[in-house]
Amino acid sequence: MPNIKLKNIKNFICQEINLEIFDKEFLVLWGPTGAGKTTLLNVIAGLTEYEGSVLFDDVSVDKLPVFRRKTGYLFQNLILFPHLNVKLNIAYGLRVQGKLKDEVESRVDELLKLMEMEHLAERYPKDLSGGEKQRVALARAVAPSPKIMLFDEPLNSLDFNTARYLRTEIHKLQRKLGIVTIYVTHCFEEAFALADRVVVLDNGRIVQIDFPENIFKKDNCRMIIEKKYCDCHQEDKTEPGQIELLRDRISLCHLVNE
Amino acid sequence: MKKIKFVYNLIPVLVFLLIWEIIVRLKFVPGHFFFPPFTVVIQEFYHLTANGVLGDNFLSSLFRVLIGLFAGSTAGIAIGILMGYERLIDKIAHPILSLFYPIPALGWLPILMLWFGIGEILPILIIFICSFFPVLYNTITGIKGVDKEFIKAAQSLGASEWKILTTIVIPLALPNIFTGLRLEAGMAWRVIIAAEMVAIPTGIGALLMRAESLLRIDIIIVCLIVLALMCLIFERFFIYLEYKLTHKWRQYA
Repeated sequence: MPNIKLKNIKNFICQEINLEIFDKEFLVLWGPTGAGKTTLLNVIAGLTEYEGSVLFDDVSVDKLPVFRRKTGYLFQNLILFPHLNVKLNIAYGLRVQGKLKDEVESRVDELLKLMEMEHLAERYPKDLSGGEKQRVALARAVAPSPKIMLFDEPLNSLDFNTARYLRTEIHKLQRKLGIVTIYVTHCFEEAFALADRVVVLDNGRIVQIDFPENIFKKDNCRMIIEKKYCDCHQEDKTEPGQIELLRDRISLCHLVNE
Repeated sequence: MKKIKFVYNLIPVLVFLLIWEIIVRLKFVPGHFFFPPFTVVIQEFYHLTANGVLGDNFLSSLFRVLIGLFAGSTAGIAIGILMGYERLIDKIAHPILSLFYPIPALGWLPILMLWFGIGEILPILIIFICSFFPVLYNTITGIKGVDKEFIKAAQSLGASEWKILTTIVIPLALPNIFTGLRLEAGMAWRVIIAAEMVAIPTGIGALLMRAESLLRIDIIIVCLIVLALMCLIFERFFIYLEYKLTHKWRQYA
């Protein structure tokens, strides 16, 4: 059963987007700059104006303000709060939602342990490396146990090795938490390594929705990949056929065919 | 390290005082009457302190500065937060406040004297006006300067408008708010002295005027030293407070 439905989404970028996202699915939105990937994430999070309808579990959330949609958002530039240390950054979502102090502390400790960053707890964002900031932002986004995780090109600013390592971490975490995840990227390796399904966007429209291994088989997508959008990490010369897909993907064929 | 820095800063001051003493003692300037040596000023300082004249006048000025500065800063910060965060309030209040902002605090003295007479309320109001505007505009700048991305991030984590204001916007605007407070802490002392010299019979400014009428230059210098020290102490206090509240997270060049 679809967990999120987007019906006729229109705004200054998106043009009649219809999309169904399934429970526990890792969906990658893939396309060039200006394709409407981030705008679509913002529509789901309620951070931008739109026409049409967004449904979570078949319930419309169009009238819900951002803070009631319960989405976890990992922004492109991470946006850690500079005046809060790592612990307080992670606890922020829980504290503003009025959770009890003990509950907040145990959740923060759990995430610090899970992300292997107990030693960073008292540090401030200015004292963290790019990869550490990334992990803190990720922990902060998942701390309030969101129903949906939204990732906006979170690995862009990192070097190739750190990005590859964190990509695996994100994937593992998503599988562990079982949260429906929408991940924006313009890097095809990332898209193909992580996705259960890939949505190819261009000029505010959905060009293709398919499983990663099928995307290359379609002529229109092959053209997009080969001629237009291969602009991920410079060190990354991986050919599409050589990409190692991360294990433990859930097959959604039957869901789509239903 | 801090002690060494303090000693280094103290050396030029001590040299200056020594030169002052030598120049006057060697009679390079005409008479002690017009330019007393530093040691005579110190003696007078002791004398004025011992007989309570300096203490009483100082406390009068201090009381006015503290009340006026507190009230002006509190109002400046509160209205600044409202204007910086709520566009509608900014649109309504900005044109009115822009009209009053260019008027120097002492420019209000004649009209306030007529309205409130000569009493404690007058210097407090002058200090209020003097501290209100710079704190207000620095607060507005600080609040408006908070990156909208932080607000977006807080919203996505479930924070309401009020929570965003109190937990993100105000803390991140603190450096700007403190800039206003720091500037005004010294300015309040300069203005209160001027107000007391012109219109109030008590306080350091009034003591200055009495000393002038008695041709007591040593007392005038004592008052000026007290004024300089208080400006410095107040400014340093706010620098210290800002450092204590923000140094952990701020990037210092």
